[in-house]
Amino acid sequence: MKSWPHSLVLSCAFATLVTLAPTAHAIEFNQLQLGKSSLSFVSKQMNVPVEGQFKSFRSRLAYDPAKPAAAKAELEIDMASIDAGSKDANDEVAGKAWFNTKAFPVAKFVATSVKPLGGNRLEVAGKMTIKGKTLDLSTPITVTQQGNTASFDGSLVLKRADYGIGDGIWADFGTVANEVQIKFRLVATAAAAK
Amino acid sequence: MSSRPAAPNPDNSYTFTAIGLHWLIALAIIGSFALGFYMADLPISPQKLRFYSWHKWAGVTIFLFVVLRLGWRLAHRPPELPAAMPAWQRSVAAATHVLLYLLMVAVPLSGWLMSSAKGFQTVWFGVLPLPDLLAKNEALGDLLQALHRLLNYGMAAIVFAHLGAALKHHFIDRDDVLARMLPFLRNPSGDTR
Ligand code: HEM
Repeated sequence: MKSWPHSLVLSCAFATLVTLAPTAHAIEFNQLQLGKSSLSFVSKQMNVPVEGQFKSFRSRLAYDPAKPAAAKAELEIDMASIDAGSKDANDEVAGKAWFNTKAFPVAKFVATSVKPLGGNRLEVAGKMTIKGKTLDLSTPITVTQQGNTASFDGSLVLKRADYGIGDGIWADFGTVANEVQIKFRLVATAAAAK
Repeated sequence: MSSRPAAPNPDNSYTFTAIGLHWLIALAIIGSFALGFYMADLPISPQKLRFYSWHKWAGVTIFLFVVLRLGWRLAHRPPELPAAMPAWQRSVAAATHVLLYLLMVAVPLSGWLMSSAKGFQTVWFGVLPLPDLLAKNEALGDLLQALHRLLNYGMAAIVFAHLGAALKHHFIDRDDVLARMLPFLRNPSGDTR
């Protein structure tokens, strides 16, 4: 086996120690881990809870536990990546009455303020844009930090009619309820100190 | 069915309970079959979702009545078949009835399992959520959908045979086999014709 130059081994070990060390210096969680993150929802059809999820989304995150109020968060969701529970449902919700995915391929959330609520909870307020319509939204989020990784969890209820999702024959809430339960988990790692 | 706990009914008729369950379940199965057949090919719409739910609620209700009916059947001995019936006809009749009981259980059960595998839970009358016996699994869901269809078509074929046999007994053999399940066919003298 080829031996590595001593200095390289040492500096690698040192770099590892620095990134693993507790946050004596600023640590910023800003690398979204798509594989560990999830964005799911539960809609009610004839009072039957039906689970779905978005498989593709991007997030620009910047969260420093020492300065939570300065946190930044943006989320972009690819509407075509929806799994609404079945192939029929996926085809249906891409249509004009639902998400009109061709015209509005991306839904977006931009945080405008982050307030610490004490403990590991934050109140995040921002603007949610779905199907070209932008509305204010605010939701509590729980932050769980484990070494180099932080996970941001939350759930909220959106009313589909507020965004014009499910028009025409679907506008009646008797079959598909207005309230849609959203659940998200964004997992981010900290990039090497800048 | 082999258990013979009680003596046969003296007037050679089914009990009121047996007759009631027979016709209630028969009508409900015909209705659910027609609805299932019609709804499956509809384009997706709120109406389709409503039909699916109604179909599932009806199917689960039928299942419960079938359980009651099996309970009745195990505790009672049905009236004797006419003495003139040849042995092979008795065997075919017994086999048909066993198959019908099996299918009355298997058809709703396959529908329930299919719904679970497809990820659409059954919430009875929109109120009582039934447990999902299977986790969501698309391939299994498609398989159970095919099975539900196959069992239904099998059941339809056997129901037609059952119906044909009942009519043959009444109009050709002129015995009381149909009348004891449909008492208004009996004339007041107790004679069946
Ligand atoms: C005795 C009771 C039942 C009868 C006679 C019945 C009959 C049928 C029939 C004839 C079809 C159409 C099959 C086809 O041509 O594709 C069907 C479809 C269906 N049944 Fe049932 N069914 C019963 C019980 C149930 C139950 C208990 C459930 C669920 C809890 C259920 C769920 C379904 C579903 C979801 C479909 C649609 C499958 C598709 O999307 O193609 N059924 N049923």
